[in-house]
Amino acid sequence: MTREMPVALAARDIWKSYGTLEVLKGVSLEAHEGDVISVLGASGSGKSTLLRCINMLEVPDRGEVTVDGEPIRLRLHRGRREPADRRQVDRIRAKLGMVFQGFNLWSHLTVLGNVIEGPVHVQRRPRGECIAEAEALLEKVGIAAKRHHYPAHLSGGQQQRAAIARALAMNPKAILFDEPTSALDPELVGEVLRVMRALAEEGRTMLVVTHEIGFARHVSNRLLFMHRGEVAAAGTPEELFGGVAPEQFRQFIAGYHQR
Amino acid sequence: MIDAGFLLGTMRQLLAAVPTTLALFALSVSIGAVIAGLLAWARVGGHPLLDRFARGYIFVFRGSPLLIQMFLIYYGLSQFPAVRHSPAWLVLREPFNCAVISLALCTGGYAAEIFRGGLQAVPHTAIEAARASGMSGLLLFRRIIAPLAARAALPAYSTELVLMVKSTALASLVTVWEVTGVAQRIITHTYRTMEVFLCAAAIYLVLNVALVRLLMLLEWRLSPDLRAPRPLPAA
Repeated sequence: MTREMPVALAARDIWKSYGTLEVLKGVSLEAHEGDVISVLGASGSGKSTLLRCINMLEVPDRGEVTVDGEPIRLRLHRGRREPADRRQVDRIRAKLGMVFQGFNLWSHLTVLGNVIEGPVHVQRRPRGECIAEAEALLEKVGIAAKRHHYPAHLSGGQQQRAAIARALAMNPKAILFDEPTSALDPELVGEVLRVMRALAEEGRTMLVVTHEIGFARHVSNRLLFMHRGEVAAAGTPEELFGGVAPEQFRQFIAGYHQR
Repeated sequence: MIDAGFLLGTMRQLLAAVPTTLALFALSVSIGAVIAGLLAWARVGGHPLLDRFARGYIFVFRGSPLLIQMFLIYYGLSQFPAVRHSPAWLVLREPFNCAVISLALCTGGYAAEIFRGGLQAVPHTAIEAARASGMSGLLLFRRIIAPLAARAALPAYSTELVLMVKSTALASLVTVWEVTGVAQRIITHTYRTMEVFLCAAAIYLVLNVALVRLLMLLEWRLSPDLRAPRPLPAA
């Protein structure tokens, strides 16, 4: 259904290794606008590294990342690949929201301060406008009452929802979620997943590295299953859960259900 | 036994020297902070030569007595005719300037390590989140790194500042008439060591109480997140 939409981001043939450890071995993916892609896989399969290669928090050894039609230019410097143009990377990062496993809110700023930081200082938009938008976003993720609190005074679930609001405030082309519920107490996972489901339903482009099989199956429209640094299976949830998936994927899911 | 008139007169003379003490403190701490900032940057910047230079600087100025550093700058440098005939002599011939320079060089070495600690205490997750939102360079430093580093460094830096108030007393030994210098001058005329030095000590105590109060206020302002949540403003 989103096939005809323009491509929001694409990664082509991404390779990444740390020393002799090959983490990514030629991974490609393409997210059209409105796609919600869940990336599944065991720990160490390279899911998070793939996500971090997309906004250049890790620089891939080989391969190309294109965001909103613009390829990120890389160059070789003293034998290492690095972004050729820091400003381009900054600009592209501002177009990609990121939600981290550990929330990574700025502890010296209030919730509202965290949300308006990027719009005011990176996008240089008028402060009043940013505050009004931020308050609407905080309302949407259900923590408007906490807007003048500091992150340390919030529960994990509230912090993660604040972090989602912070990513949304940049009005991003796509949002990268790096295991957004993995650091949460079980009873707090639901509130974050509900917010993410609401975002999916309003047509946001999302790339979600997750261990939440339910979310992957019922909210995302495409799945990517990674195994040892490669895409072992890709397709719609119906295809993969309908039985045409490779053995590794079935074992992975069976492992979850046995818990 | 207690000679109120003498104490009052002594106090009045010592208080007249307080501006000199404060000027020594303010100038040397300001210059020292710039030196410390540059050294800390050199220490964490990742450039091996700069790092080595900064380590050497800190080793020398933190490892040797401040009094000897001051003597070397005031008495030592003037031995060299080249120094006396250089434009630097306009600065170095004044004992006050020499005291400021040596105090600044010394506190620069101490504060550099304090600042480095502050910088390294900034969680890399906070920096990563900033980078992911498109911040880099000066903006990243100004908005995220500096505030977090300042909060981490302030308790240790406060102690350094208190030490610096007291270190200005050494300037008396290179003939600067600050509080301790004036106290010694009074003693050589009156031989009333106890009363005069007690008056001087009281002045340093009051200065430090004020300084510590100020720094506590600053620390309180800089760490709102460590306090209980503030009640919401009336809607």
